[in-house]
Amino acid sequence: MRKYGPVIGLPFSVEGIFFFLEAIFTGIYLYGWRRLGGWAHFWSGIPIAVSGIFGALSVMAANSWMNQPGGFTMKAGRIVSVEPLKVFFNRAAAYEMPHMLLAAYLVAGFGVASVYAVGFLRGRRDRYHRLGFAIPFVLAAALTPVEFLVGDTAARAIATDQPVKFAAMEYVTHTARDAPEYLGGVYADGHVYGALRIPGLDSLLVGFSTHAKVTGLDSVPPADRPPVPWLIHLAFDVMAGLGSLSLIPLLWLLLAWWRRRALPKHRWFWLLAAGAGPAAVVAMEAGWIVTEVGRQPWVVYKLMTTAQAATTNPGVIASLSAVIVLYAVLGVATILILRLLARRWRAGDEQEAAVPYGPPSTDASALGGEAA
Amino acid sequence: MISELVAAILIAVLAIYAIFAGADFGGGLWDLLAGGDRRGRPARQLIDETITPVWEANHVWLIFALVIFWTAFPVAFAAVMTVAALPLWLATLGIVLRGTGFAFRKEVQGLRWERPLGVTFAFSSLLTPFFMGTVVGCVAAGKVSLDGQHSTLAAWTNPTSLLTGSLFVAVCGYMAAIFLIGEAARRGDHRSKRYFRHRATLASMVAGALSIATVTELHHSNHALYEGLTGRALPLLVLGAACGLAVLALLALERSTGLRALSGIGVAAVVWGWGVGQYPTLLPGTGLTLANGSAPHATLVMVVAVFGAAGLLVVPGFLLLFRLQARQILSPTPSTRRAEQSAVHEGVDDVCERR
Repeated sequence: MRKYGPVIGLPFSVEGIFFFLEAIFTGIYLYGWRRLGGWAHFWSGIPIAVSGIFGALSVMAANSWMNQPGGFTMKAGRIVSVEPLKVFFNRAAAYEMPHMLLAAYLVAGFGVASVYAVGFLRGRRDRYHRLGFAIPFVLAAALTPVEFLVGDTAARAIATDQPVKFAAMEYVTHTARDAPEYLGGVYADGHVYGALRIPGLDSLLVGFSTHAKVTGLDSVPPADRPPVPWLIHLAFDVMAGLGSLSLIPLLWLLLAWWRRRALPKHRWFWLLAAGAGPAAVVAMEAGWIVTEVGRQPWVVYKLMTTAQAATTNPGVIASLSAVIVLYAVLGVATILILRLLARRWRAGDEQEAAVPYGPPSTDASALGGEAA
Repeated sequence: MISELVAAILIAVLAIYAIFAGADFGGGLWDLLAGGDRRGRPARQLIDETITPVWEANHVWLIFALVIFWTAFPVAFAAVMTVAALPLWLATLGIVLRGTGFAFRKEVQGLRWERPLGVTFAFSSLLTPFFMGTVVGCVAAGKVSLDGQHSTLAAWTNPTSLLTGSLFVAVCGYMAAIFLIGEAARRGDHRSKRYFRHRATLASMVAGALSIATVTELHHSNHALYEGLTGRALPLLVLGAACGLAVLALLALERSTGLRALSGIGVAAVVWGWGVGQYPTLLPGTGLTLANGSAPHATLVMVVAVFGAAGLLVVPGFLLLFRLQARQILSPTPSTRRAEQSAVHEGVDDVCERR
């Protein structure tokens, strides 16, 4: 922050606007439920979606700038001038922004759909559950091929922009033509063990020819390589693999719709659809591991190492542990509360079908008052 | 010149945050002090109902202030974050726990869980303003050094810091009580109105006393700022004090019109007083000023532009939010229904007793 704050702060300040709008209209949307008119309530949700998109783009501008920093001039270790547009629309933004935005929609779409898929598996097949499944699932499934194209373009761009990150992603041990593609496997001491090796495919994917030259890990001294190539590679495989798997329910759905104009009936389809939500989250997180761990040892690519950027305060391990413990507790508590809401909601289904925040309990103790 | 403008924006955002979030945090203070389950019920109910739709949006001002701070004044930001790391961690902890306690309390049923979650919400509502206050005190007293490598206790446990922390808590309580008087009046709830009028009077006296004590303490800890406050910034401090006295008078007269505006202007005047009193120093005791501690020109222009855009987009949104909230169109559903139910129950009890 001391050094690059004036640059990386710009996208964050833009994000501030959208964060504001999101918070304001979330307040209106959530608490105006059934009190605002139908259309007024609907329109109050639109700014949330719009500011969600632009807020995400702003954050991605900041992150992609860390991968491809530019748009500023330095003199004697101080930033003397900044070009905001070049900061915002840096080289990596072109592929990182759409990649993450689509990922967010995939996670949301598959995530919501998987809830209803579980409902289907439990025998709830009314119109509400059919729509609750079909709308988000079709949206997410339709975006999956697009995400494939964007991701493929991003990987190719990274091979040029951040060759060492790419080398770790694909286990390119040394710069060569005819580089093989490895699926799975562990990397240790410059060797790849236990991987499925497809000769020449990596070169083909990068340069559309098996003769294309791919830069390897040996292009930089060991200190400038990411510390755990196996983690980056496996995370990349997990992301790409799960993305490919999510095409199966999409094709299944298309087939069923083409033949019968109805949702598939087979239990396996619904199991796959139910798994697609958690899988989308795992794929997204794996993608973040690829880009963040893959950039190491740099925090601002080729300009500042993570070690230089770290706080000089002691006790980092302690504060990190405290944060992990705190959020673990909060995570468990959130799940418990959500289950409680679901139980209460279902119990109250008959009297009040459309209460958004759970019907009041019939339990008399709840009337004793708010908390102390 | 533009760095002055950005500094003014930062002070303005901090003043807005102090007013709106102050009322939010103070709600937690009064929740904590409301007494047992039964006695504290009406106060807690009113606090819960009025804070729920707005509390999240109010706190975005803090994020905005932090982003402006690090973008426009990066060296000062890094120094403050390093030296005051511990109180900042504690303030953050308060923010996280406060939101959690507040949101979860609504959803659980039965006192066994409502009580600890409610205490979490209320107690962390104190934690955050207190520790933020100690950080502000740490800056004001000139305890932040540019070559500081780690957080020190001495930086934020000096008298100025502790006084400022306590002042922040008192001001939060004051702003919340004033806000809740208005909400009670709107609901025709005269008992709650009286209840919060007493608390507003008490809190304004405590806040006033703490303000005087803090300024006096600055006489020792940062004489330059003391001179600024009693010199160039004196009109603002006088304005703040006048607003406080006017509020006290209105409270004594049991009038509620103009209370919010006066208290808001008073708090804003004091925040501005700090800025004007310290100008052009950015970080007291470091030689860092607006002239040598600001980001490059293009960045500052961009910050001003973003603030302008935020004004155009966010202000109408806020007006809409507060308008809807004031007309009671936004309301936390379960809590309201519970209140209606318990009102029915109490009615039934009354009937039973009469028989």
